[in-house]
Amino acid sequence: MDWITTVDHKKIAILYLWAGGLFFGIGGLEAILIRIQLIKPMNTFLDAQTFNELITMHGTTMIFLGVMPVIFALMNAVIPLQIGARDVAFPFLNALGFWTFLFGGILLNLSWIMGGAPDAGWTSYTPLSTTTYSATHGVDFYTIGLQIAGLGTLIGGINFLATIITMRAPGMSYMRMPMFAWTTFITSAIILFAFPAITVGLVLLTFDRILGANFFEVGGGGNPVLWQHIFWIFGHPEVYILILPAFGIISEVIPTFARKRLFGYSSMVFATILIAFLGFMVWAHHMFTTGLGPVANALFSVSTMLIAVPTGIKIFNWLFTMWGGQVRFTTPNLFAVGFIPTFTMGGVTGVMLASAPADFQFHDTYFVVAHFHYVIVGGLVLGLFAGLHYWWPKMFGRMLDEGLGKWTFWTFIIGFHMTFFVQHFLGLMGMQRRVFTYLPNQQFDLLNLISTIGAGLMGVGMLFFLANIFLTSRKPADAADDPWEDGRTLEWTIPSPPPEYNFKQTPLVRGIDAFWKEKTAGHKGMTPSEPVGSIHMPSATILPFLMSVGIFIAGLGFMFSRDTFSSEALSFLFNNYIVTGLGLLITFGSMLMRSLYDDHGWHIEPEELEGR
Amino acid sequence: MMKTWQAGKRLLPMTATLGLILAGCGREDLSVLRPQGPAAESSFDLMKLAITIMIVVLLIVFSIAAYVLIRFRRKPEQREIPEQVEGNFKLEVLWTVIPLILVVVLAVPTVKAVFAAGNDHSDDKNAIKVKVTGHQYWWEFEYTDYGVKTAQDLVIPAGKDIAFELSTADVLHSFWVPSLAGKMDTNPDGTINRFSFSAPNEGVYRGKCAELCGPSHGFMEFKVKSVSDAEFEQWLASMKSPAVLPEDPEIAAKFKSACLQCHAVGDQGIAMGPDLTGIGSRESVAGILLNDDTGVDGAPILDNLKTWLHDPQGVKPGNKMPDPKKDLGLTDEEIDGIAEYLAGYTLD
Repeated sequence: MDWITTVDHKKIAILYLWAGGLFFGIGGLEAILIRIQLIKPMNTFLDAQTFNELITMHGTTMIFLGVMPVIFALMNAVIPLQIGARDVAFPFLNALGFWTFLFGGILLNLSWIMGGAPDAGWTSYTPLSTTTYSATHGVDFYTIGLQIAGLGTLIGGINFLATIITMRAPGMSYMRMPMFAWTTFITSAIILFAFPAITVGLVLLTFDRILGANFFEVGGGGNPVLWQHIFWIFGHPEVYILILPAFGIISEVIPTFARKRLFGYSSMVFATILIAFLGFMVWAHHMFTTGLGPVANALFSVSTMLIAVPTGIKIFNWLFTMWGGQVRFTTPNLFAVGFIPTFTMGGVTGVMLASAPADFQFHDTYFVVAHFHYVIVGGLVLGLFAGLHYWWPKMFGRMLDEGLGKWTFWTFIIGFHMTFFVQHFLGLMGMQRRVFTYLPNQQFDLLNLISTIGAGLMGVGMLFFLANIFLTSRKPADAADDPWEDGRTLEWTIPSPPPEYNFKQTPLVRGIDAFWKEKTAGHKGMTPSEPVGSIHMPSATILPFLMSVGIFIAGLGFMFSRDTFSSEALSFLFNNYIVTGLGLLITFGSMLMRSLYDDHGWHIEPEELEGR
Repeated sequence: MMKTWQAGKRLLPMTATLGLILAGCGREDLSVLRPQGPAAESSFDLMKLAITIMIVVLLIVFSIAAYVLIRFRRKPEQREIPEQVEGNFKLEVLWTVIPLILVVVLAVPTVKAVFAAGNDHSDDKNAIKVKVTGHQYWWEFEYTDYGVKTAQDLVIPAGKDIAFELSTADVLHSFWVPSLAGKMDTNPDGTINRFSFSAPNEGVYRGKCAELCGPSHGFMEFKVKSVSDAEFEQWLASMKSPAVLPEDPEIAAKFKSACLQCHAVGDQGIAMGPDLTGIGSRESVAGILLNDDTGVDGAPILDNLKTWLHDPQGVKPGNKMPDPKKDLGLTDEEIDGIAEYLAGYTLD
């Protein structure tokens, strides 16, 4: 019950982590099944329809329900601590964001047991995703599930923007913020501008499918290329929503374990902003083969290539952060160090893809599959592993085992390169993506076998990580405040795990890497900026949970509103939008309760603070 | 200026070596890395340039990373705190400007090639005009100037520019012959795409659908046959000659009542499904059952036709063909008879 009603950002972080981890596991199993099917030519392990459902759900799950929540978990766990705040700006909304994400994700995955998963690819290109060609409810689960989950992301993004703008500790100017706080800030801004695009797109597609509208239906005057534009105007910035937090994590981990401040801090900030800006300008590079014409293709080619410049700045700044430092190879730093060359490889193939005439060959082949897995797995997932190992003691008060951590790293990264490096060549040799099998004697056989073995090895790496979590959880929670000994930012000044109120006294920030600055000045901790006083805390509440349950029910009701059921009572309930109405009633009823009942929260008094 | 030229001179042998190494990858009739026509060569040239630049970048990043990781490991006796360096303006400008230059080096030929690829030959009197229509899961080729329509095997005269007009009858597909040219999507009416390629060398090239289009997306393959001018003329002539029907009158009657409701042969039937004129001369049955009497790369055409006609859904799941036995009520003997007739229906 405590977990359902919590509004504490640290507990919500843990909820995000478990839920995200669960979906990540589902997405991973889907990936393994896909690779088993492709282990040899003309394999019959899966049928074509199941394979298409698996690739669709693998992509959708990993992007929206796997990695995004883990990013949100780290942001929730760390950002308020890093900027010296006692919580996020809107704790109630924070809980609401989590629950809508979870129920959206559950709705999407219900499709596996409720008559067919979405099968039109994670991009759901029309007309394949219209009812004419995808007759099951699969794509409805996609549109409505993602709509509900996306709501949570948007709420979370706005919350972090407000938190970072208004709740920084005294003295922490923008240019003194840790890099992870900066990338969270910019990521949230991208979410704010990109998610409305997918929201609109999903509404239009839902209308086409459920209400018979004609936005994308050619016969009714719709335009299927319009969907591609809407999808990628969201979809490309989404890539940066994913990768910028990883950049932030790497920028925290490397300085800590090199014992040096981040090289070129201001150029890092500048590069982050530039990447976000350019990220909105380049969506059509996913559509070079759609037939936009040479002018559009040339413009989008060049603007895409430009992103290499700020990204290059970051890579070299990380390398020169370690230059002249004292690099320690702890597990988090292994992942961070492994990130640099791996991500660089994903970056350079990105520049290659940007060249439109060459992309006519690369597009929709395994070369592209290799490229974006290098960016998302080799970049983001390695970044998340670095961050999880790094902040685990702060989140749970327990150090993960270093030995098992190193096993995780080596099996995962070797498996990763085995899986995806060879896929570059598969693509160039003529293997298109999203094929459920392939003819023998095309010289695809050996490379596919290697790729599948690599995927298995990545799976083994994940098992090491799970074992590490399990074994660690049985040990006492005795991590030090600053367990890595060279912590530079504010989160390392308070106990692990932090008390409910984070900071007994809000610290005074006197420069970049605030804690490191105090340490080198010979101080033991931060100088407080206020006397010990009564701390205001928000009350726990079940309303966010109820609101999300309501939306979930309404979504299911709407999805089946045109169906005929075997039982007349069911048909009556669904066809007259009674189920939808009931769901909305729960949601709006909860909102009304929230508005009418004035909750002032509660206080932790100074005596209590001293007592603990 | 001198220095950039020297850098360019150093890049040249590297590009050449790379070209040689990459050219060893894959089948000549399939691989992007072994281009067989000017359009694919233009893409390949850009790829070689891009790969060269990228390998140089990777080598620099990898060597700095390796040096840093070896040289600046923390030693057990180290206690003093390393100097906290804020940054270095000159260095940071350096790694902003160098990538910019590299981007320009790649961007200029890219833009040139983009506009060159935009030249689609649709007004060229010497070009052969072909209307390509994608269907779930087969390809229709209509030679508009000659009034000839065929399916799955695109026959073209070697060396001539072929001007394509691409569209689709249902969902999006993407028309791709890797060793001849990059791909282009087939969109529904209203957003028709045009492009062109030519195949200077005679031969058979493998084509694929590159856009997810349903369960049998992976099986939506086709062949491009580049032939001499004389052979092409002869092929056109035999395509236009009257239809050959089965000799056995019973089979002929069944073929007319069951198959010609959707298919066409010569001047007979309806061209809703793939045109069957001269199917015995094609490279494959249903795009993926390769015809090959040697048995190295497939089965004889008769076996392939029988496999297909006895179980179309098993060969190509989700296709629109009714099951000859269950839906059309044909007996095994009738199916085999039709298969024999079709296997014998060649164009020479």
